[in-house]
Amino acid sequence: MPGFPIVAREDFSDTTFLLEINHPAMARAAKPGQFVIVMTRAKGERIPLTIADFDRDKGTVTLVVQAVGKTTREMQGLCQAGTGLYGIVGPMGEPSRIGDARKVVCVGGGLGVAPIYPQARGFKESGAYVIGVVGFRNRDLVFWEDKFRACCDELIICTDDGSAGIKGLVTKGIEMAVEKHADIDEVVAIGPPIMMRACAETTRPLGIKTMVSLNPIMVDGTGMCGGCRVKIGDRMKFACVDGPDFDGHEVDFDDLMNRLRRFKEDEKLAIERWSENCRQKALAETADGGG
Amino acid sequence: MTKKKTIRTIPQDRAPMAVQEPERRVGNFEEVALGFTPEDALVECERCLLCPEPACVAGCPVGIDIPGFIIKLSEKDYRGAYDILSEANLLPAICGRVCPQEDQCEGVCPVGDTLEPVAIGRLERWVGDRAIKEGWSSRPHIEPRKIKVGIVGSGPAGMACAADLAKAGCEVIVYEAFHEPGGVLRYGIPEFRLPNDVVDAEIANLKELGVQIECNTLVGRLFTIEQMRDEMGFDAVFVGSGAGAPKFMGIPGETLNGVLSANELLTRCNLMMAGKFPEFDTPLHLGRRVAIIGSGNTAMDAMRVSLRMGAEKVYCVYRRTEAESPARKEELHHAQEEGIDFHWLTAPVEILDDGNGNVRAMRCVRMELGDPDDSGRRRPVPIVGSEYEFETDMVVYAIGTSANPILGQTSKLKLNARGYIETDDTLATSMAGVYAGGDIVTGAATVILAMGAGRRAAQSIKEYLAIPDSEAVYSPLRNGPDGTLFGIDLAERNFARLRVA
Repeated sequence: MPGFPIVAREDFSDTTFLLEINHPAMARAAKPGQFVIVMTRAKGERIPLTIADFDRDKGTVTLVVQAVGKTTREMQGLCQAGTGLYGIVGPMGEPSRIGDARKVVCVGGGLGVAPIYPQARGFKESGAYVIGVVGFRNRDLVFWEDKFRACCDELIICTDDGSAGIKGLVTKGIEMAVEKHADIDEVVAIGPPIMMRACAETTRPLGIKTMVSLNPIMVDGTGMCGGCRVKIGDRMKFACVDGPDFDGHEVDFDDLMNRLRRFKEDEKLAIERWSENCRQKALAETADGGG
Repeated sequence: MTKKKTIRTIPQDRAPMAVQEPERRVGNFEEVALGFTPEDALVECERCLLCPEPACVAGCPVGIDIPGFIIKLSEKDYRGAYDILSEANLLPAICGRVCPQEDQCEGVCPVGDTLEPVAIGRLERWVGDRAIKEGWSSRPHIEPRKIKVGIVGSGPAGMACAADLAKAGCEVIVYEAFHEPGGVLRYGIPEFRLPNDVVDAEIANLKELGVQIECNTLVGRLFTIEQMRDEMGFDAVFVGSGAGAPKFMGIPGETLNGVLSANELLTRCNLMMAGKFPEFDTPLHLGRRVAIIGSGNTAMDAMRVSLRMGAEKVYCVYRRTEAESPARKEELHHAQEEGIDFHWLTAPVEILDDGNGNVRAMRCVRMELGDPDDSGRRRPVPIVGSEYEFETDMVVYAIGTSANPILGQTSKLKLNARGYIETDDTLATSMAGVYAGGDIVTGAATVILAMGAGRRAAQSIKEYLAIPDSEAVYSPLRNGPDGTLFGIDLAERNFARLRVA
C-alpha cells in the first residue's frame, strides 16, 4: 500500500465522500481553517483540500471531497479504505483566528460544509455562542447534522427545495440569525466563491465582520509558485501562506472566479480523456467476463 | 616529472564540447551541452598549468582541490579524480553543469589572462558523469555517533550540509515539503540543463551515506523548528528552505489568466511534467506568444522551457540592456541561439485583458539608462511618451523572489528587515543549535553558493556539537599561523580539553 493509509471512507452522496487518513503528526498539528495538498498517484496533480476534521487521539485527519474534476472523480474510484494516498502535505496556511468573538455564525455551503465544522467546534471550545448555517441542495445530501448539532447552539439547515430545514440559500439562514440576534460579532463562510460573495454582501450593510476561506488553484501550497494570488482590497496576497482566510468584504470575488477558470479547457480535455479510458476499461472487462 | 608547462606549451584552444544544434534541441528536453569525450577531457587537462598557489581553489565556494583532480584525471585515474572532487563537493555532476564558473574558478584561472581559461566546469561534469555511469559513490568509513541533526529542505544547501554531517557520523534526517527531493534542482532547473537522472543519482549518493529523506513534510506547519529541537530529539537543525515567494511588479492586470511566475511555470513543467499532460494531470496552458519579464538565469530557463513546450514565439522583456543581464553568459548565448526575441530597455506598465479575463497584450514603455544605482548598474529610466502595445498572450515574471514567510510565521527565528533569516558568520541563527544557509539567508543566489553555505553550516554544527573534525586538523588551509596552537585547530583544542575534563 503506497503512502498515507486511508483508514475509513464514507459516502454522503453520488459525488461527496469522506476520507479519514492516518497521519498522527498532522492530526496533532492541524488547526481549524488549514488545508492540505493531496496527490493520488505519482503522475497526479497536487490539489488543495481544506481539512474537515482531525482527531488527535486516533491520529487521523478527515477530508471531504466533492467529485467535480478529473482528479476528484478518480479519487472517488481509487480511494477506498485500506488503500493509500500517494502524497499528503500540510497542514498548510494560517489557522483561522478563533478570537474573542462571543457570538458567531458559521456558514457552510456545498463543499464548504465539511471545512466549516472544525471552525464551529473551535469557536464552541473557545466559549462562543455558535449558530451554524449549512446549505445543501436537498435532504438526501445532508450530512454531519449530528456533528453540527453537538457544537452549535443553534443550527439552521437550508435546502434549495425545502426538503430539510428551511427552503432557501444560506444567505437566508444568515438573515434569520441576524434578525434573531442583534449582537453577532462575526460570520465565517466557506463554500463556492459565489456563495461566499453572497454571504459577504448580506453582512456588508450590517457591518458584521465576515471571514471567508479562499480556494484558488495552487501548485506547491508553500508560497513558492504564486499561482494562488488573490486580490484583497488593493493588495495582492498568496492564499496559501497569507490565507486561506480573508476578510470577505475586501475579497475581489470576480477576480477569484476568473482565476478558477484558468485551466477550464485543459480540465475538460482531461475529463473527456479519463471518461473515455474508463469506458474502454469497462468494455474490456465486460468482454473478458463474456469470454 | 614532465617538463614544466607554460602558457606557450599548453593547447591553445579549449577542447570543443558537442552541443545539440539549436534547431533540433528546441524540439526536445534533452541536454543541450553533451559533455566531453574522454579524449577531449584529457586534452583539456593539458591546458591546466598546475599553479603552485591555485587561484581556482580560492575562487571555488566549496574549495575543491582543482589541480589535484585534474592531475588524477590526466593520469587517467578517473576514480582518484572523483575521490578528490567528492571530498569537497558531493554533487560534481550537478555543479559541473550549473555553477557560474566564469565568475568563480574559471574567472580567476591565469590561463584566462591570455587564452580561454581551463574548462574546469566541463571537466568536473565529466568526472561526475563518469562516477554516475560507473556507480561510484564516495562513502568513506563512517563512525556512527549518537547525534541527530535535522535538515529543513532537500535542495543544494540541505544536501551539502546533510552529506558532511552524515560523513561525521551524525544521524541525519532531511525534510522536504514537495513529494520528491532535490529542491530547486528538481522543480527549478529544467531537464535540458540538468537531467533528473543526474539529480536522482546524487540523491542516491546521499542516501548511501545514511541520510534519511522525508518528503511531504512542511516544517513550520507539521512541526516547528522549536519542536524539532525541544521535543523531537534533534541536537541541531539546519534550515535551507530556499528563497521562495516570487515577486510581481504591482502593475494592473497581474491576476489575469496567462500571467504567472517563472517558479510556477518551471514547477509545472519540471516537477509536475506538464509537458506530458494529460498523461500527467498537471496542465500548463501555454500561450502562443510568451513574454518573459526579466533576464536572469531563471528567466532564461523559463524562456527555453516555453520554446520546448511549443510556444510559437518567446520574448525576453528586460528594462536594462544585454550588458546588465544577470544571466550566465552561456545561458544567454544558448537562449539567443534558440531564437528568443530579446527586447532590451523595455518594461511593462500594464497587462491588458482580452475581455474574457485572459492576457491580450502588454502596454510597455521604452527605457534608457541613467546614472548608476546602488548595484553599480546604470538605472533604467522610462522614456516619456514611449508607451506602446506589445502583443502576447502569456506573461511570465522572472524578476526575483522575496523571503518565504512560513518559518517566520511559525518560529521565533530572528529575521532581517527583508524577511530572510538572520545569521552570524558561522551561520548560527538567533536560536541555539539552529543554523541556516542558502537562499533563505542571502536571498536568491546560486546552487554552489547554497552548497557552500550548507558545508559551512555543517562545519559550525560540528564545532557546536564538539564533533572532532579530521578535516579541521589536517587541512592545510585551516591550520595557518592564525587560530592554531602547535598546528592544532582551536575547535579541536577545546574538544581535547573537554575530553580531559
